[in-house]
Amino acid sequence: MSGLKKNLALLSRVELRMISPSVNWINSLPAPEGLLESFQLRGRQSLQLAGLPASSDEDWRFSDLERIKLLFKLPLASRASKFSGFSEQQLPPSSSSDTVRFVVRPGMDSQSLPKGFSYISSNELNRFLGNAIDHSAANDDWSVALNNACAGRVLALRVNGTDLPSLEMVLDNAAGELAATRIVLVLEPKTHLDLQHIVLGNSDSSHSHLLEIYLGKEASLNHGWLALGGGDATCVADLVIQQDLRSEYALTSVQAGWTLSRLHQHVVQLNGFAKTILRGLQCTKAHEEITTNSTVRFDGPEGCLEQLNKAVAIDSSHSIFMGNIDVPRVAQRTNASQLSRNLLLSNKARVDTKPQLTIVADDVKCSHGATVTQLQEEELFYMQSRGIGSIDATQLLLKGYCQDIIKYLQFNDDRSNIIDQLIGRL
Amino acid sequence: MINSSSETILEISDLHASVEDQSILKGVNLRINAGEIHAVMGRNGSGKSTLSKVLAGHPSYKVNKGKVVFLGKDLLSLEPEERSRIGVFLGFQYPVEIPGVSNLEFLRVATNSRRKQLGEEELDTFAFEDLVRSRIKLVQMDPAFLERSVNEGFSGGEKKRNEILQMALLEPVLSILDETDSGLDIDALRIVAAGVNELAKPENAILLITHYQRLLSEITPDFVHVMSSGKIVRTGGCELALELERLGYEWLEEELSSTKQS
Repeated sequence: MSGLKKNLALLSRVELRMISPSVNWINSLPAPEGLLESFQLRGRQSLQLAGLPASSDEDWRFSDLERIKLLFKLPLASRASKFSGFSEQQLPPSSSSDTVRFVVRPGMDSQSLPKGFSYISSNELNRFLGNAIDHSAANDDWSVALNNACAGRVLALRVNGTDLPSLEMVLDNAAGELAATRIVLVLEPKTHLDLQHIVLGNSDSSHSHLLEIYLGKEASLNHGWLALGGGDATCVADLVIQQDLRSEYALTSVQAGWTLSRLHQHVVQLNGFAKTILRGLQCTKAHEEITTNSTVRFDGPEGCLEQLNKAVAIDSSHSIFMGNIDVPRVAQRTNASQLSRNLLLSNKARVDTKPQLTIVADDVKCSHGATVTQLQEEELFYMQSRGIGSIDATQLLLKGYCQDIIKYLQFNDDRSNIIDQLIGRL
Repeated sequence: MINSSSETILEISDLHASVEDQSILKGVNLRINAGEIHAVMGRNGSGKSTLSKVLAGHPSYKVNKGKVVFLGKDLLSLEPEERSRIGVFLGFQYPVEIPGVSNLEFLRVATNSRRKQLGEEELDTFAFEDLVRSRIKLVQMDPAFLERSVNEGFSGGEKKRNEILQMALLEPVLSILDETDSGLDIDALRIVAAGVNELAKPENAILLITHYQRLLSEITPDFVHVMSSGKIVRTGGCELALELERLGYEWLEEELSSTKQS
């Protein structure tokens, strides 16, 4: 869709909506400037035209749209904001001593980098910035527009080689503010990297995060996303991944504790023969709402996808999964599977799940499915028949259910703590 | 191993039970003393497995009438976990797979709940590993199975060995083994049976539930009971199992029917 046509489409949508409550907030943002100026202008224009997401938008139809307004109650964090300054004790220990840790915040200073890592220069960055977004469905995402509108700087890293230290990125925030952060990560051909994202939310704070990843030929990235919120914290994040020939991308995402968390995953396998693994766990309680929205498109033959998204919902919480697999004609011999498994543990909790396949190619192996169940009575009885009380049995079963995903996170020593935190909450 | 002065471990009186409003047990009477091995045989649907589930406290089964006394306690008033802690063990016909739950951790939690009941000290991870590695030899099970999720991806034989390992760790007073022989090849059957024989002691008792005589060639029962239509209709010694193997259940039912008519 051309820019003009798109704007007209957005205008026609605006006629059907109330005037965006975000206009004042947008006007309060700092004047566009710097490397991201064009993105800021474009994002703000999109937000003004589109307003807030509507329930008629397929991506948002299960969501409580009132929660989006929470984002616009908060001023934008800046270099002068008082960040939480997470101490080492508050953070999960690094996966190994051989780890590069970044605390990512608006206006962050650059730090020295070990061998194999380098900053991408401004000139070179133009080759990448927004490229993966333009080539994926993320281009139309409201949350991408939000980040475009707000993010003032971008952290851009190039990684080259194997046997590299793992990379940890901690997304920092400030109480009572919205932290908008943007990262570009380029893995050169045949590079292997372990990357852990840690997103921690304090009460009354928000994250808007946009991550573009470019995987070169035969590169592989093992990516962990651990997002633990608290209080009224909200988090809206887009991961946009572009995979070249024979590359491998494995994501393990864990989300819990957010009043609103939306994790959008957009993966495009450019030239085929690549592999994508998406594992997700979302645990909701009280009135929390957590969404995972993934789109994987195969733009070449013999691509592979393995996806398992798990959820546990209790109290009056709401868990949402939307998964799209797009297999155009060029993607012959694609092998893709997508499964959404959900535990609904309260009468008032809600699970919405929508796995979806769009297949044009005629020689493919694709499957998808969803289950929404309670804890298995036979599993509970088996444990009770071994002397384990019903409460302990339930906890063990939940632990096992979550462990299935959490075991892939790289925080070796602290995995059990993460599980205990999650189960303790439930 | 029968000893006339033995303590009564289990006494079932006129037990009636149903599942989903379908009456299955219709008046079971059975008494088991310490040191005894009992075998319950019968056709499919005769109520054998229901009896085992009712004794273990499965929530899907409803007791409509009758009494079960275990070591002087009203067993039916107890939760499944309480029954286990005081010494009732059910070896499942189809052990459940529990993905994500470590077999070792599961065994440790289960063992400690029994030890707590017995007033023994709970075992930490290291002490328990020593215990489990000594007991695992009894069933010739590969210790690698301890590191896996409970029963996940185990073969039929491995699952049954895992059941007997649990029996060895929990040291129950009464072990109810529901079709422990099903799905086992001859070698695995011998290993499992040898484990059970090793665990049979004068102070405990075993209730074997089986279709076939082949298990009873390996574990010699003191009593053989035949169930039909939710009742124990005949009790005898080992010779009864051999006769059933030779003549089939039809023989017994015809005999019972002719006795009734006369």
